[in-house]
Amino acid sequence: MRAAIDAGIQIPRLCATDSLEPFGSCRLCLVEIEGRKGYPSSCTTPAAAGMKVRTQTPKLQELRKGVMELYISDHPLDCLTCAANGNCELQTMAGVTGLRAVRYGVGSQFGGAHHLNSVKDESNPYFTYDPSKCIVCSRCVRACEETQGTFALTISGRGFASRVSAGMGELFLDSECVSCGACVQACPTATLQEKSLIELGQPEHSVMTTCAYCGVGCGFKAEMKGNQVVRMVPWKDGKANEGHSCVKGRFAWGYTTHKDRIKQPMVRAKITDPWREVGWDEAIAYAASEFRRIQKKYGRTSIGGITSSRCTNEETYLVQKLVRAAFGNNNTDTCARVCHSPTGYGLGQTYGTSAGTQTFKSVEKADVVLVIGANPTDAHPVFASRLKKRLRKGGKLIVADPRTIALVKSPHIHAEQHLKLLPGTNVALLTALAHVIVAEGLQNQAFIDERCDAQSFSEWVQFVSRPENSPEAMADVCGVPAATIRAAARLYATGKSDGTAADVAQHRPNGAIYYGLGVTEHAQGSTAVMGIANLAMLTGNIGREGVGVNPLRGQNNVQGSCDMGSFPHEFPGYRHVSDSTVRGQFEAAWGVTLDPEPGLRLSNMFDAAVAGSFKGLYCNGEDIVQSDPDTQHVAAALIAMECIVVQDIFLNETAKYAHVFLPGSTFLEKDGTFTNAERRISRVRRVMPPLAGFADWEITVKLANALDLPMHYAHPSEIMTEIAALVPTFHNVSFEKIDRLGSVQWPCNENTPEAGMSTMHVKGFTRGKGRFLITKYVPSDEKVTRKYPLILTTGRILSQYNVGAQTRRTQNLAWCDEDTLEIHPVDAEDRGIQDGNWVGIQSRAGRTVMRAVVTDRMQPGVVYTTFHFPESGANVVTTDSSDWATNCPEYKVTAVQVTPVSEPSAWQSEHLHFSQVQEALLEQGLAAGVTAK
Amino acid sequence: MDKDVLIRMANSIGDFFEAMPDRDRAIADIADHIRKFWVPDMRREILDDLEAGHAKGLSEIVRVALTQYRSKLYPALTAHEARS
Ligand code: SF4
Ligand code: SF4
Ligand code: SF4
Ligand code: FES
Repeated sequence: MRAAIDAGIQIPRLCATDSLEPFGSCRLCLVEIEGRKGYPSSCTTPAAAGMKVRTQTPKLQELRKGVMELYISDHPLDCLTCAANGNCELQTMAGVTGLRAVRYGVGSQFGGAHHLNSVKDESNPYFTYDPSKCIVCSRCVRACEETQGTFALTISGRGFASRVSAGMGELFLDSECVSCGACVQACPTATLQEKSLIELGQPEHSVMTTCAYCGVGCGFKAEMKGNQVVRMVPWKDGKANEGHSCVKGRFAWGYTTHKDRIKQPMVRAKITDPWREVGWDEAIAYAASEFRRIQKKYGRTSIGGITSSRCTNEETYLVQKLVRAAFGNNNTDTCARVCHSPTGYGLGQTYGTSAGTQTFKSVEKADVVLVIGANPTDAHPVFASRLKKRLRKGGKLIVADPRTIALVKSPHIHAEQHLKLLPGTNVALLTALAHVIVAEGLQNQAFIDERCDAQSFSEWVQFVSRPENSPEAMADVCGVPAATIRAAARLYATGKSDGTAADVAQHRPNGAIYYGLGVTEHAQGSTAVMGIANLAMLTGNIGREGVGVNPLRGQNNVQGSCDMGSFPHEFPGYRHVSDSTVRGQFEAAWGVTLDPEPGLRLSNMFDAAVAGSFKGLYCNGEDIVQSDPDTQHVAAALIAMECIVVQDIFLNETAKYAHVFLPGSTFLEKDGTFTNAERRISRVRRVMPPLAGFADWEITVKLANALDLPMHYAHPSEIMTEIAALVPTFHNVSFEKIDRLGSVQWPCNENTPEAGMSTMHVKGFTRGKGRFLITKYVPSDEKVTRKYPLILTTGRILSQYNVGAQTRRTQNLAWCDEDTLEIHPVDAEDRGIQDGNWVGIQSRAGRTVMRAVVTDRMQPGVVYTTFHFPESGANVVTTDSSDWATNCPEYKVTAVQVTPVSEPSAWQSEHLHFSQVQEALLEQGLAAGVTAK
Repeated sequence: MDKDVLIRMANSIGDFFEAMPDRDRAIADIADHIRKFWVPDMRREILDDLEAGHAKGLSEIVRVALTQYRSKLYPALTAHEARS
């Protein structure tokens, strides 16, 4: 069949689709092959040289018609009113085969059994399953297995009785289904169909864009009817996702038109005043005059601006430009501060580039994968599917995580080694792994000699070889048996848990490391990143496909916000502000003098605000009150400021402390680019006009102009042109090129292929020689004590996204509508806690209350929660402890005590009251606005 | 800013570099890190505290680094500041 398609010949088919392995069940693709008997199905028959195949003969036509007839006899003939009308493969094939009548009658016409009265399963909020339309082609089952890797669907029953079923005859919502949509995508009929499409009808045009949730950065086709999204379909040629998606990007876009969207700028003098709706000019003029007033009174450095991953590259670039050129200081930061800043620092120090080394596709060539401090099935689902595909085909897996995450054991996948370490001990573990590799002679000495700095290596070898860094010495620190650490080290270096130097002398496997916030969000986050970089150099796992160091970036444009210089010490392209040559280039381009001193980081801004020297903030799309640690400290900082300008789509937690609200736009309402964890720059395209009138970059342009920094961009592509001129690794990036190639990966310049570099450090490291760095384990200040005997660690789940501002406003609530505290049965029993009980969580920073989930996913001594819902206050409990190099907060380690309680914490009561007051102030403003109009 | 916060930050930087075999290099690196990532006000505050004997909690190596590289770390009035 493939050969025929390549030759431009179409063969009718139903059970085959190009995204899945051939299956051979529908018998529609029959062909005649000279010299062979019968009519083989072409989808499962490999083409051979010299083979003569007839794809269209009267006999074939008759056979196909017969097949179709049988299908249609048990299929409703409601084509005219069917949601798939115009886009149904069954309908098309009926047409292709020339079926004109059904001799057996349809359904009960002539009696006989049929499925036309089967009941629909509407439990999934986003798609329906209508068994009456099912032709049992198994495409859905295979999509769930091959593409998604969840194995939620089966064909139950045999012969005529066979039907698709989710799990053991469960409803979709109650089954293992994670609502990725792969089955819906694969279904050739209307059996599995998006509810939005059923409601709105077939789309009339489509636009390619990029998901605005996680750092995988999936490409999507926004299928539209006028300005209305009908459905988001994963883009087959999108390099990050190759046609796959997860529940967030595929379905959770309803927030974009949620009634809570704010559509009018608002101002108020004090946060106890009602909001006042004003025009854009007034809001911008007020914000600008406040910033200038504050600077006059408190000094040039008393204000700053922050961006988030919701901003495109172009928007982030503009905000940091505004801060540096109009505010005249470097007080600009981004949410990467609180997630992957240690990646930037750690990889910068060791390799010379602040980014991952591979593409996602590279995982297909990995033999051994080490996943440390990441939970890809929940936080990077589409990458997880790609990883699982590789593991099912024989790749081996090591998981280092305090919890038994889903990857450790899921259908057809198990981690050969699970290092269930104590939170906060990554560095100890990584050094112990290196110790084993060195002690057992498993390193790739040829690679080290050729590619790495000799002195740093010899110093480092001495360090890791010390007895105190052996697995035996570190076992107690990490809470992992020494033998397991040894086996994991051997597995990573040799491909076998009992591998030896003799094995690697024969064959060196491809070892790839994937890590997430469970590595970075620690007091030693940067050190752990260096530890990972050391391991990859030690084993020569750098510079080709199938290997590498791969940070799984949390949010969609975290990579981009770092690249674009949203950092207080670096210009776009990771160049320090003190570098006078670089500064000179920016000064020339922007026509201003720039500050050579580093600015305040996010946490420094809060500290400075509490101390009284930082008074104004331009906050772009980041909900710092909910997402940053030690909520009460953040709130105190915001209260101490005189002008907070929040640019966002909803009145989020931070906006409740704001003085100016500028209504921003969602990714569907703006043009620009996002950069994913592969360094891949993809287009975000406007599919509907901004609800409040302007895209975010236009609002920043207005503010800059009001601050006498002239900006005249007609389109974000012009901003990218400016970036390309100023950032060497972006020299050859342009919208035109991205439109033409689909995406490009930086570095993309005169020294790289046209689409940029897919794999980094192929011949040499960006910094020249790779540098080994000594990674001494320093225990966190967050130590367990009698008062706080448990370690709290935090994370995310699949259906909700970060602070939840978007996903809480979608039907993803069907899967999760509150944050809970996971606790091991032993710890629960000690405290008299039962599953579902309310529990108080107390740390030295604060106290909150949540519902307990008792589970042996946890280990004794460790509890876990998420931070998707503001009222649960997970970050009331987290502390100001942070990474030594970057101040990335230590979300992953907080010493706490957990006790059964019967009422919310004092913070929660206050928060509820404060939120109610703020919502009333918003209502008053909106009501006044309506009257004034 | 809160003294204790600054001291804690400085000490954690010291902890990392202290593990390096070349002590002079480590001391220089500590100073360099602080110079690169701390705003002038933060550097001024910790140096003033140290001089006034208010930074008791500082680790030995950080104390040495701050003292040895004081002139490099202490913010001067930049041309930019002079203008603004
Ligand atoms: S939505 Fe995804 S997980 Fe659910 S049944 Fe379909 S393919 Fe499987
Ligand atoms: S639900 Fe759709 S894809 Fe699955 S077997 Fe039925 S017709 Fe085929
Ligand atoms: S949330 Fe991530 S994995 Fe899911 S569709 Fe969006 S980019 Fe892809
Ligand atoms: S397409 Fe070949 S058997 Fe269905």
